[in-house]
Amino acid sequence: MNKPARGSLLSIEHLEDKEILGLLKLARRMNPLRARPLLRNKRVVLLFYEASTRTRSSFEIAAKSLGAITTLVQSSGSSIEKGESLLDTGYTLRAVGADAIVIRHPAAGAPHLMAKHLDIPVINAGDGMHEHPSQALLDAFTILKHKKAFKGLQVAIIGDIYHSRVTRSNCHLLARFGAKITLCGPPEFVPDVAATLAPGLRVTRHVEEALRGADVIMLLRLQKERLAGQKIRLQDYISRYQMTAARLKLARRDAIVMHPGPIIRGLELTAEVADSPQSKIIDEVHNGVPTRMAILVRALGKAK
Amino acid sequence: MANDKSKVGSLLIKGGHVIDPAAKINAPMDVLLRDGRVAEIALPNKVRGSADEKFDARGLIVAPGFIDLHVHLREPGQSYKETIASGTAAAAAGGFTSVCTMPNTAPVVDTDEWVAWLRHPERAAVVNVFPIAAATRNSRGASLTDFAALQRAGAVAVTDDGKPILDDEIMRAALRLGAELNLPVVQHAEDTRLTESCSMHEGPTSFRLGLRGMSAAAEANVVDRDVTLAQQIRESRLHVAHLSTSDALKAVRRGKRSKARVTCEVTPHHFTLLDEDVGEYNTNFKMNPPLRSATDREAILVALADGTVDAIATDHAPHATHEKQVEFERAAFGITGLETALALAITKLHRGHKIPLTRIVELFTAGPARVFDLRGRGSLARGNFADVTIFDPKKRWTFEAAKSRSLSHNTPFDGWQFTGKVVATIVGGKIVFRAD
Repeated sequence: MNKPARGSLLSIEHLEDKEILGLLKLARRMNPLRARPLLRNKRVVLLFYEASTRTRSSFEIAAKSLGAITTLVQSSGSSIEKGESLLDTGYTLRAVGADAIVIRHPAAGAPHLMAKHLDIPVINAGDGMHEHPSQALLDAFTILKHKKAFKGLQVAIIGDIYHSRVTRSNCHLLARFGAKITLCGPPEFVPDVAATLAPGLRVTRHVEEALRGADVIMLLRLQKERLAGQKIRLQDYISRYQMTAARLKLARRDAIVMHPGPIIRGLELTAEVADSPQSKIIDEVHNGVPTRMAILVRALGKAK
Repeated sequence: MANDKSKVGSLLIKGGHVIDPAAKINAPMDVLLRDGRVAEIALPNKVRGSADEKFDARGLIVAPGFIDLHVHLREPGQSYKETIASGTAAAAAGGFTSVCTMPNTAPVVDTDEWVAWLRHPERAAVVNVFPIAAATRNSRGASLTDFAALQRAGAVAVTDDGKPILDDEIMRAALRLGAELNLPVVQHAEDTRLTESCSMHEGPTSFRLGLRGMSAAAEANVVDRDVTLAQQIRESRLHVAHLSTSDALKAVRRGKRSKARVTCEVTPHHFTLLDEDVGEYNTNFKMNPPLRSATDREAILVALADGTVDAIATDHAPHATHEKQVEFERAAFGITGLETALALAITKLHRGHKIPLTRIVELFTAGPARVFDLRGRGSLARGNFADVTIFDPKKRWTFEAAKSRSLSHNTPFDGWQFTGKVVATIVGGKIVFRAD
């Protein structure tokens, strides 16, 4: 059992302020169309135990833009199906020459386990309900494109907070830099304990209260795959929490709407909101590439 | 064993300070053991009989042999985790002269044959083994086992540990049959309908780590129901295993006040650690019941001091490395505990919370002996079994998991510095462990 290798990115919670700011600064300098081959001859393994479109493709494009070789390992079609343990899969990938592993896994803490036993950087691309640090960084990157600073920013996060690793990472990051965060949803999705996650968090059941004066609105998908028997009446949820054009008017006029995707139109938001000028949902996806380039350069590059 | 016993001569434990709460002794005394029994206990230099051998106990506490009501020795069927030989060696090193084994083995100990198998000399136990048998066949919770036959074979209690008896009718039937036979029913109190896919205590830490949490209510509700049943069924005996929550304690207190025969045990890890100690998914802090909140631990400390808790039990649960070096949610529940129990009790309870040594000794001796009616044990009264635990309450030492006698090393206490160490463990008059 060791400390994670330098350049690992396991969580936002344990990342220092200056590292977060450093990554955001580096991300601003990254352009996939005009990138220096900082990762030439480096081998990046994308180890995905869960489905992914955005995260997987943007990590892959980020790595390739920087000159790295990538290979994708998924649970189906690999020895994982035959019962190989997570650590043995890690040792195997290290032995074939991986210089870094980007891992997405349905179990919280899986990247931590791998990082404790491998001497190469491990990058968490989403672990269970725990964290999704690269998403929080790209969200921060997106916010800073539209807002001057995090300090004093009113952020409303609406939806299935309990199952959301994105929210956990975002709360750690934004609260750290002085944003005022309101978590909103029914108790099944937003238990009272959620307010203990970071300093200055507030919980409300009323979407109007969360939206009033908000600068940033973050919406979440209802994660049916993690609901584990919870009975949520969709119609009820829609009528109380769906982001509609009318509700959007409660927020500040220059408020931006964000969503880590995938979005379900007609459920957590209307198509009108998704396609409105205030929606930065596609912009987030776009910003995923430079952000993940920065993460990979930090992990494997030869300094800045 | 019979041969061994005849070889046991006499042993004089001299110069020690005897703490024997059942006999109300807390004074310098000498103890003479002969033919596997306590032959004499007297003021210093006042023992009349002679001895083949002497044990110099100056500066040490001499106590009745410790009894652990809750261990998993993994035989039959899981000897890669632990064997009766290795587990009882660890018990001896931890000062335990008697251990009560849980039946959730492979197969489940649900017949008199398996009870007899556990007690057979070929198992090479170095301390006394008292089997607890399954309460229902294969611990499926459907039909009761033959309590009478199990008891005749040597079972001291029945339980479906790990698979709690949730069905009211089955629990009622178990308590009723137990009442007829004066046999305690031990319950691992967990409403498993509420804890599916949960891997730790529900609270701020589980939320932060993104792990599903077991609520305190999942334990307390079952204890509450069981206590109510025990109150309704005359002479029934309910023992609550590894109690971990403040609310479950309230139910136990209610039962005790009403004079129902309700007892409970607490583990060293629950009086020592908190849910937040799980850190970054350290699987050596994963057990069931899970580490709880500060409020729960505080309530347990109060109950240990005020007499509500009857015994400290380890819930020694060895697991192989490959069962722990996995994703937290997939890791096996349980930690080893036999070799650290006394050290934790002295370090945390006595030195940390000023609980008197006499009370701590009671929790390891007279308390557990009463819970399962282990006659002739738990006290050094003349004629009792010559089971003795000798320890140094001031000795400082560091626990190293790698040096454990257990086959498994899944302990959260590796590298911990303790005060209080076992010096010698005597079973039936024979020294089975002696510290270097």
